[in-house]
Amino acid sequence: METLSQFAPYIGYVYPNETVIPWTVMIVIYPYITGLVAGAFTMSSLYQVFGMKRFKPVAHLAMITSLCCMLVVPLPLLLHLGHPERAANPMITPHTTSAFAVFGYIASFYLVLLLLENWFVFRPYIIQQAQQRKGLMGRFFRILTLGSYDLSPKAMEHDRKWIFALAVTGIPGAHGLHGYVGFVFGSLKSREWWSSDLMPVIFLFSAIISGIALLVVVYVISCRLRKVPVDLECLKGMSFALWGFMMFALLLEGVEFASMMYRAREGIEVIRQYVDGPLTVPFWIMQIGIGSVIPLCLLTFMAWRGTRGTALYNGLVVSSLLVLMAVLMMRWNVVIGGQEIAKTGKGLLTYHAEIFGRESMTTAAALLVLPFLLLWGAVRLFPPWVETEVHP
Amino acid sequence: MTGSAKVSDTDSGSQDSVQELSQEQLQRRSVLRFFGAAALGCGTAAAAVGSQAATAGDKPEIPGYDWNQHHWGYGIDATRCIGCLRCVEACKIENNVQQDAHHFRTWVERYVYLEGEDRPHIDSQADPVNIAASGSEKEYRFANRYKDTKVDKAFFVPKLCNHCTHPACVQVCPVGATYKTEDGVVLIDHKMCIGCQYCVQACPYGARFFDDRLQATNKCTWCYHRITKGLLPACVEVCPVSARVFGDRKDKESPISKFLHDNRTLVLRPESGNAPNCYYVGIDKEVS
Repeated sequence: METLSQFAPYIGYVYPNETVIPWTVMIVIYPYITGLVAGAFTMSSLYQVFGMKRFKPVAHLAMITSLCCMLVVPLPLLLHLGHPERAANPMITPHTTSAFAVFGYIASFYLVLLLLENWFVFRPYIIQQAQQRKGLMGRFFRILTLGSYDLSPKAMEHDRKWIFALAVTGIPGAHGLHGYVGFVFGSLKSREWWSSDLMPVIFLFSAIISGIALLVVVYVISCRLRKVPVDLECLKGMSFALWGFMMFALLLEGVEFASMMYRAREGIEVIRQYVDGPLTVPFWIMQIGIGSVIPLCLLTFMAWRGTRGTALYNGLVVSSLLVLMAVLMMRWNVVIGGQEIAKTGKGLLTYHAEIFGRESMTTAAALLVLPFLLLWGAVRLFPPWVETEVHP
Repeated sequence: MTGSAKVSDTDSGSQDSVQELSQEQLQRRSVLRFFGAAALGCGTAAAAVGSQAATAGDKPEIPGYDWNQHHWGYGIDATRCIGCLRCVEACKIENNVQQDAHHFRTWVERYVYLEGEDRPHIDSQADPVNIAASGSEKEYRFANRYKDTKVDKAFFVPKLCNHCTHPACVQVCPVGATYKTEDGVVLIDHKMCIGCQYCVQACPYGARFFDDRLQATNKCTWCYHRITKGLLPACVEVCPVSARVFGDRKDKESPISKFLHDNRTLVLRPESGNAPNCYYVGIDKEVS
């Protein structure tokens, strides 16, 4: 028998059954990766839908990054489930009143949409490769053409319409997917820390900033590895987008936190005790201080001074890395934080994550690395770079 | 009805299914878990549909029992409870609950107001001090921890699943594995439960827990395997002071009907909208 890993130590009074924390670090990773999916997609849409030319260098990269993250999304859930072999049941025999039951449908719809859009975007490249390559890889690309080798202006126009339609549909799709994750938490009335109408919106904005930050990092690293110059105009655009969405994300979170404190419903003493004590490092210092205030100040300073060149490059990469850390901490503080405040409203628990095991920190780290490994392989098969684009 | 299942598959079956788990099965289960993603193939999907079909039916198949004829209710008179914890012990044995301090279908809370203090000191039998007093997590006792202080007021409050009329746990279950029966009981079909623990989160009373032997959620069933045979829940049966009252609300002469008629009762967390069906007498505002 698998022994129960952890019993959470506590202070005050907690219900006896609460001493086993139900949702582990896996449920921290799940909304984090889902957020990266939505955020990266948003960036690609700025080019595909709104025609913002400055984002062209990262538009295809954003799409393929979004897809690689999306492929990893189900894994933390599967690792968490007591019966992963029944994971398809919410889709086969859904219980319609459950917010969770919808996930399978939204996620599947969005995955199909992403696959389709990627296929249309890379179709000219796939056809070129199918015609040029021999052997196994040639066969691989020939299968991917789905029998269509038509690159005529009429066909390309048709593709462009499809890409536009998919990108437009994808915006509510990606944001619906992530807003729904926020709803799963926000709609639970049993926990004051989660129960908020703003939760889906906060999740959305933090998702967008994490996606933009991820793209900055991935784009800069890819340029370094390929030894090509970074498009500074594109970077500057991303720094503006990051700044704008961060402003909203931070403001919304502030409003949510302030209204919870101001409402001061039953159990607020324990929440105050939690915020002042255990949350000092993960929330105040890491999420708000280092992860939000510093990058926001840095981005504001760069915008004010009109920073260009290497300074912009360095400043934006540092800000992006800090934002990625802050959003991860935000997920941690929401998911774990909510469970560390006892439902009794009279006690606090402490979650100790396992180091090794199914739902451990090691698994969490592996899941965070996995999308990058997938991306590493994917960009070799389907180069999303401007200079490798096929113009029929 | 959100779902229905053979009762033997859910409640009394929970003991058997736990006991029947051989080492080989457990090993196989952990392998399955590990390769959970791979197990998501069409075969699994077909099997899932099959299992759904197998458990589908209008009513539980219990000889001589019609769930439309009953509506069960539970009363707790906290003024009577002496904190002997026989109920907790009986429940653990009757329902084969894990023998540790972290899994309870029912528990008892102690509220102690010391002289000069506004807030009560609260503990349950699961408190480390009380476990130290009993000497084992398998034995239940309230330590005499306030003997050197002046106690102003003190009382015990038994707790269990409230079998709510609008259960948040049932609402959130993505597969309908947990469901409300026609006779007013909230049950779990362990053969359907996927083990996501969303229901554990949704329950405001902390009544649900994850059973690592079943890899599914578990909780109080008001001893459904007993009450459908005309017996009382184990906790009610063993209570020496009749602090726990159970019966059929459709029967005006039943203990619960009389209890509700004779007393002004309260429910826990009415603001949750769950409409709980455990009615309390003799608790004060600090109890939630």
